[in-house]
Amino acid sequence: MSVSMKSERPSRLFRNLNAKIASVPMILTALVVFVGGTAWTVLYSFTNSRLLPRLNFVGLDQYYRLWAAPRWLVSIENLLIYGVLSLIFSLVIGFLLAAMLDRKIRFEDTFRTIFLYPFALSFIVTGLVWQWLLNPEFGIQGVIRGLGWESFNFDPLYNSSIVIYGVLIAALWQGTGLVMCLMLAGLRGIDEDIWKAARVDGIPTWRTYVSIIIPMMRPVFITTLVIIASGIVKVYDLVVAQTSGGPGIASEVPAKYVYDYMFFAQNLGQGFAASTMMLLTVVIVIVPWAYLEFGRRGRT
Amino acid sequence: MNVANASVSVQDLSLSFGSVTVLKSLNLDVAEGEFVVLLGPSGCGKSTLLNCIAGLLDISDGRIFIKGKNVTWEEPADRGIGMVFQSYALYPQMTVEKNLSFGLRVAGTPKDEIDKRIARAAEILQIGPLLQRKPAALSGGQRQRVAIGRALVRDVDVFLFDEPLSNLDAKLRSELRVEIKRLHQKLANTMIYVTHDQIEAMTLADRIAVMRGGVIQQFDAPQVIYNRPVNRFVAGFLGSPGMNFLDGRLENDGGWHFVAGELKVPLASYDFEREPSPGASVFGIRPEHVGLNSGSGWPFTAQASVDVVEPMGSDTLVWLKLADQNFTVRVTSERAPQSGESVEIGFDPMRASLFDEQGNRL
Amino acid sequence: MSNPAVLSSTIAGADAVRGELSGPRGPKPRSVLSRRNIFLYGTLFLVAVYYLLPLYVMVVTSLKGMPEIRLGNIFSPPVEITFEPWVKAWSTACTGLNCDGLSRGFWNSVRITVPSVILSIALASVNGYALANWRFKGADIFFTILIVGAFIPYQVMLYPIVIILREIGLYGSLWGLVLVHSIFGMPILTLLFRNYFASLPDELFRAARVDGAGFWGIYLRIMVPMSMPIFVVALIIQITGIWNDFLFGVVYTRPDTYPMTVQLNNIVNSVQGVKEYNVNMAATLITGLVPLIIYFVSGKLFVRGIAAGAVKG
Repeated sequence: MSVSMKSERPSRLFRNLNAKIASVPMILTALVVFVGGTAWTVLYSFTNSRLLPRLNFVGLDQYYRLWAAPRWLVSIENLLIYGVLSLIFSLVIGFLLAAMLDRKIRFEDTFRTIFLYPFALSFIVTGLVWQWLLNPEFGIQGVIRGLGWESFNFDPLYNSSIVIYGVLIAALWQGTGLVMCLMLAGLRGIDEDIWKAARVDGIPTWRTYVSIIIPMMRPVFITTLVIIASGIVKVYDLVVAQTSGGPGIASEVPAKYVYDYMFFAQNLGQGFAASTMMLLTVVIVIVPWAYLEFGRRGRT
Repeated sequence: MNVANASVSVQDLSLSFGSVTVLKSLNLDVAEGEFVVLLGPSGCGKSTLLNCIAGLLDISDGRIFIKGKNVTWEEPADRGIGMVFQSYALYPQMTVEKNLSFGLRVAGTPKDEIDKRIARAAEILQIGPLLQRKPAALSGGQRQRVAIGRALVRDVDVFLFDEPLSNLDAKLRSELRVEIKRLHQKLANTMIYVTHDQIEAMTLADRIAVMRGGVIQQFDAPQVIYNRPVNRFVAGFLGSPGMNFLDGRLENDGGWHFVAGELKVPLASYDFEREPSPGASVFGIRPEHVGLNSGSGWPFTAQASVDVVEPMGSDTLVWLKLADQNFTVRVTSERAPQSGESVEIGFDPMRASLFDEQGNRL
Repeated sequence: MSNPAVLSSTIAGADAVRGELSGPRGPKPRSVLSRRNIFLYGTLFLVAVYYLLPLYVMVVTSLKGMPEIRLGNIFSPPVEITFEPWVKAWSTACTGLNCDGLSRGFWNSVRITVPSVILSIALASVNGYALANWRFKGADIFFTILIVGAFIPYQVMLYPIVIILREIGLYGSLWGLVLVHSIFGMPILTLLFRNYFASLPDELFRAARVDGAGFWGIYLRIMVPMSMPIFVVALIIQITGIWNDFLFGVVYTRPDTYPMTVQLNNIVNSVQGVKEYNVNMAATLITGLVPLIIYFVSGKLFVRGIAAGAVKG
């Protein structure tokens, strides 16, 4: 019997069976959660689901309502300001810190440890610490006024026109260390001979960075950009902890809009539409990058 | 030779990183227009020495002169050197032309002067058609040429090469080796060239400095280094397959003899470096200086048994047992014996190298 | 000049010439206080102070009494050190619902983190191993979907997962959250393990197969013992990531199973009563302590972990 079994071609499905079993969680996650979940949410964003999801299509109604909602518009505006500024500042500061650490300095490990530790913390912890530091009565403003500068004003968390900058300060404190680490890895990846060649050529250090090193690090910059950008779109915990979206709705962000509409306002349709818009934002960021990163590699 | 007429002069140079000493009070004088190769195994300090000359490493002690000028504290760019790196170190986002001109542009050289120098370098190295390409679009050999070009446009007296061919495949390496030699003949610049490849060293150098452990072992013309190595390290480092070494004793019974087991080699024709004394010693002779079954005519002959035969194409390596020690002979393929055969070997002790117990030449 | 003795004699001869030629000798003198160094270390020091300040303020605030906080400034060290805020934060601080402090949230977080870390690493390492060494047709397609999926905002998948958890009866339970963490940990961990296993010499894998070891045998006896560093990296990514999570905790658990971060937020941001800043900072510090300890203990491995885990955002 075993002889006849051997002569038969084994079914293709059962070949390499263990590997397929091991991959079942991945396949389920990819298909059911990532593809299925996303498709489900996009589909239901075209319905008027409120407390429970129902397939009652209303076309683009939810999107019209979304883009007419002042709270959503504030969220988008905040996301734009916060996003652009945190991209610029974290890239610039992160790169400068990395470049300084890369100058063969002493105590490099100590400095790196200090710059990176906030990244180990939860956004909730970060948000609450900075809520305390920016407390107008006891925080930085209070301390400086106490020193005699009575008119000093720095209360971003209580001033709706600048509250998003208060969130930005906290976010930069937490996230710049990561950028620094990625940049430092990039700098360390540059051939030592390039530096030597530039020295023999008599290129000043700053000029070497601007004309040679930074252009060489383009892939690192792009990858970092994508990582920061996809983190920015998701920003939620920090705002919840630091400002709860206040004062009023001044520091609302899209992710919080989604959560509040899905789980508090019992207006699922709005939540789905808003989250679909978030997905769209990410797609706009990711697709050109993926095209550059993988498309080009595929061609060469 | 002294500082005044040397192109590059390194005096009492020492370098340590913390407690590790990499170079120990090293001296090296390179004449104007000379091609000097720094040769040695990895970790011998040859690249370190080159980087010190270039000013890319801060030295711990000593002085460096280039063209009679003390450049010990000068920046690399002000030393009048050009350097070619192992990884080429071309700036990847710049075209070949920009790569060549970058240093000149930063230094504020007038545009027509830059163009002139680039045109000259492009002509010498035949990279004219490549000027608008990026380094990624060049082959290894082309990149190497551009790297040389970058040194060339600097219009300097001294060229430093840091293992410039070791990233290339064997065929290209031998082609570019010839080109570098041609370049040297044409430009007649001083060139200092670091390599661990003995063929490159033998073929390119006017003089070779063999280094080991941060110390120059021997600094002389390639033929002298090959034929009269000052110690056992130099003898063993050059030549492939390596020199045969037989352990034995030096004895004097009416003339000096080298004795190993039943083997007794008369040394009448050997040119002693210094007055020998009886005792343990090592006898070295290169495989190509030994004849196999070639009849009489050798001052010394002996019987040996064939262990392994390795045909190499153009010739054959024969591994023998001689006085119970390993011994190789290089013969033409027609003369190759069979494994297990007993053969007669012969050589002239004049071509041998004798070393004392410490490994220094006798 | 062919031997060292002769060489040294020429050097002795050159000594006379050398004596006349004075000039720079030895290392280039570099002032420790050069402008470059003052700028470099000065900047780094100031930035370091900025980064450390919040931690310092957290610590000193948590050790002060409320009267001292109202009078003094947040940067001054405590005059009278008190641990009462810590005790209160741990055992009696009130959220909107109950008053048994952070301890409940701490134990919930432990009960969530431990199984989540074990399950997610077990699933992802076996999966990464299958992808690296036992490639089957179609595997790469699912893997690509998985990696691309890591970039999808979680908000898009929040509600569908609520439905899935409800269907399998895990909604609101700790195990439901464990499952969610395992799902969202999968992209980065699978990538991490796949790349690591792929970097191991293929000969080992082939030799083990010739020796008759199968899928699980090779995994357990060859791959796992050789891959301890990457398991530690995965451990660091997962412990800090899951401990710090807020969104999944608040969505998929009930108040009595809330993880620590959610509870912390409820304690600090609950509106009722007088704000006790010292208790708040003690609670914040306690919550941050677990990832901080892991960070300071793991050192370079953490850096390696975030370089790999950065994708997680």
